Amino acid sequence: MSVGSGVPVIEGRKLAKSFRGPGKQLVQALDDVSFAVMPGTLTALVGPDGAGKTTLIRLMAGLMIADAGELTVLGFDVKGDPQAIQDRIGYMPQRFGLYEDLSVQENLDLYADMHGVSAQDRRARYPMLMEMTALGPFTRRLAGKLSGGMKQKLGLACTLVRAPDLLLLDEPTVGVDPLSRRELWDIVSRLVREEGVPVLLSTAYLDEAARCEHVMVLHQGKLLSQGPPSAVSGLADGRVFDVQSDGGEPARELQARLLDEPDVLDASPEAGRVRIVRREGAPEDPGAGSAGLRFSPVPARFEDGFMVLLQPNAGQAGPAKDDAADMKLEHPPAADAGQPVIEVDKVVKRFGDFVAVDQISFQIRRGEIFGLLGPNGAGKTTTFRMLCGLLRPTSGGLKIAGADLKRSPASARQKIGYVAQKFSLYAQLSVAENLDFFASAYGLYGARRRQRIDWAMAQFQLGPIANQLGGQLPGGYKQRLATAAALLHEPDILFLDEATSGADPLARREFWRRITALAQQGVTVIVTTHFMVEAEYCDRIAILDSGRVLAQGSPAEIRARGATASNAQPTMEDAFIAVIEAARAPSPNERAA
Amino acid sequence: MLASLRRILALIRKEILAVLKDARTRNMLLIQPVLQCLLFGYAATLDLNNVPYAVLDRDRSTASSALLAKLDGSGVFHRIANLTQADQMKRLIDNQTVLLVIQIDPDFQRRLSAGEDAPVQMIADGRNSNTAGAALGYAGAAVDSFNADWRADHGLPPSPITVSPRAWYNANLETRWNLIPALVGTITLMSTLMLSALSVAREREEGTFDQLLVTPFRPVEIMAGKAIPAMMIGVVQATNALLVAQLWFRIPFAGSYVTLYVGLILFLLAAVGIGLFVSSIAATMQQAMLYAFVTIMPFSLLSGLTTPISSMPAVMQDFTLINPLRYAIDLVHRVYLEGVGLDRLTPDLWPMAIIAAVTLSAAAWMFRNRLE
Repeated sequence: MSVGSGVPVIEGRKLAKSFRGPGKQLVQALDDVSFAVMPGTLTALVGPDGAGKTTLIRLMAGLMIADAGELTVLGFDVKGDPQAIQDRIGYMPQRFGLYEDLSVQENLDLYADMHGVSAQDRRARYPMLMEMTALGPFTRRLAGKLSGGMKQKLGLACTLVRAPDLLLLDEPTVGVDPLSRRELWDIVSRLVREEGVPVLLSTAYLDEAARCEHVMVLHQGKLLSQGPPSAVSGLADGRVFDVQSDGGEPARELQARLLDEPDVLDASPEAGRVRIVRREGAPEDPGAGSAGLRFSPVPARFEDGFMVLLQPNAGQAGPAKDDAADMKLEHPPAADAGQPVIEVDKVVKRFGDFVAVDQISFQIRRGEIFGLLGPNGAGKTTTFRMLCGLLRPTSGGLKIAGADLKRSPASARQKIGYVAQKFSLYAQLSVAENLDFFASAYGLYGARRRQRIDWAMAQFQLGPIANQLGGQLPGGYKQRLATAAALLHEPDILFLDEATSGADPLARREFWRRITALAQQGVTVIVTTHFMVEAEYCDRIAILDSGRVLAQGSPAEIRARGATASNAQPTMEDAFIAVIEAARAPSPNERAA
Repeated sequence: MLASLRRILALIRKEILAVLKDARTRNMLLIQPVLQCLLFGYAATLDLNNVPYAVLDRDRSTASSALLAKLDGSGVFHRIANLTQADQMKRLIDNQTVLLVIQIDPDFQRRLSAGEDAPVQMIADGRNSNTAGAALGYAGAAVDSFNADWRADHGLPPSPITVSPRAWYNANLETRWNLIPALVGTITLMSTLMLSALSVAREREEGTFDQLLVTPFRPVEIMAGKAIPAMMIGVVQATNALLVAQLWFRIPFAGSYVTLYVGLILFLLAAVGIGLFVSSIAATMQQAMLYAFVTIMPFSLLSGLTTPISSMPAVMQDFTLINPLRYAIDLVHRVYLEGVGLDRLTPDLWPMAIIAAVTLSAAAWMFRNRLE
């Protein structure tokens, strides 16, 4: 493959593909999509859930045939010769088929066998892959025992056992912590830069798209834009402002308020301030009519342009946004703000010899949004599961809403709501049946139960899909249903375990809109997330690694810990990585001395 | 208490919905027992009909013809070859053309008339020992009948001892009568054990078990909510199998339905206990499925369904004591064919109660412990 030459490696002309949905209706997954991917480039495919990203990648891999249009990959017609393409590309699907009961080495060997890689080629290839993925020390470990990030790296290594002419990656960084995400990106960029392999990947992280040379934005099956990322960010030029409150209003509440402004297309909290994108045709002076707020223009980012691209109907707020803002509890928790509702005192959790959580302590006050962050395997999930009562601490004190989980777990559980990492309601039951069941599980019956279910149906707009099966809902709706079920009994405390993992930027905005509204009414929220931008919504965050709390404080305080001479304004992600690396560095005391 | 009951009811409703909503699962559970009964009723019979046999009749006398007429007229045997040479026998047996060859010596009639012993040789294909044994038995009966006739016709006194067999509760000794009622236990054991073993494992795999555990459900309530629906489905299945036995195969029901269902419910409790215990130790559905299979196989083999327990080695007989199916089959036989009441079923009832108590408490303990 010659690098940089003018012949596209992938070229699609007027591609169309439709499927039969669960209700037998026709879903247009791709509609009139034409594009070209040039050799030696890194291309990102972005768009909300259900935009058609996976379908397009599967078409390119020759695993599906388009209904209409032409698609050539590496010069081969996909329709005519899919095998010729599959022999030359590397393709990593969203859930890569690792064999969990085989070791890292056995998985690699298996994929090498399947692709017919010769012993000689393996000798040359394996050390390179091991060096690249840093999996060398773990070759004997079972794949099932690897952390999420390491699994993804192993998946990538298996995809690369044979040097491909083109690499297709479907959301390779979903559910991966910031550290592993950075490592994966290092691997991918090395492949493009040093080996000249063209890579096309889909992603829900818009900052990742900004790092690519070429970006394709898909929405509802249509290609809205293709070109360098600057073409997308350029759409928001002159419309992005940094807003600061003189009155010290928390960024989260200011953000919620600003989102309701008719001129504001998008708002997100950032570094204690709020970043807004204004609608097209908004009055010249952004500050007019908003006393006590200071607006300063800032350069547009890819994400800003993306929001402009997806919400073209200027002057009219998106429907999801408004409804999410109306989130009202009927019986908000008693207003005793400032009282600790969760007290964690020197909690230890051991699994055999392994200390998963080592003497952690923190307190969470009523109405707070508390973020639990940390790389995969930091003890974050263990801590979270202990807080929910799914695990019992080996030692230490744990009080939830004043109750000791060891003594009265059933009554304490009545006060909590839990939204799990992956959809964990009943896939075989309909939306209404799921809500029915969880209402009963929380002891709701009679008129009250009907009232609460109606509330959930209305708040989360589940009415139109009440009879669809839980398992067949699109991702965004699953997430809404899970949140609705967790709120039926109006809990004092809401636990969200990577609830937005794999969700697209729009769904995440809507989700946080609801969470912010709940916190304003006194609900205490505990979240874990791999999206560092989401940490900005928290009042306080704790960063965990190796079972210990490394840092605790407001987002601004944490962010300050990431500041260096070269990077005075670190992002939350920079700060996160800095905190983890400082703790992992060998003997920091010596260095200080 | 009321709140607890409401929660259990909600779980039961959810379980039944989840199982019966899917048309394929529903059909599997409700039609499967009927199909199994029909299949076993027709295919798995030990009664012999149309046994192919060959004859090497070197005598060709009226006596030998009369003997063969007895065989041909029994309704069991079907003569397919008359041989002329001894070496033809081997080929027919080897390629399984016949199950039995009867060889009559040239002096058969002469010896009989002279009052001497007249041996008749029967060669059976012993590769299938059960069938060969049964065929030889039937052939022996035909010979006895010939003997009796011969004695009467020739004015000889009858044999000093005559056996007059009478099989109670199954006068014609039909395998079906034995097998189909036993299936009521076997089929329900398989389904309830599988259902309960998989139900928790599936929830664990799909993450819904965590969701269940963060709600106010107590482990005991979850157990009850899992056990009761599986038992309800077991009762429906047992009923389906009973209907096939009575309406299709016309096997007369001698006992009381109340007695039968009381026994069945105790049996289902034991089966669900085993299922839930399997579920509590399995981490994945695949494991639960494997555990359930390795439990079901020995349970059915050592239940007396196909081979009598009394003819098993002593160690195996001891093992059957912890097998609920053994008691269930005995119970169904006795109620269905013999018509006994609960008072005489205690030897079957209390072991099942003990098995249920032990497995259910072990499962409850495991559930609580897995939370740690």
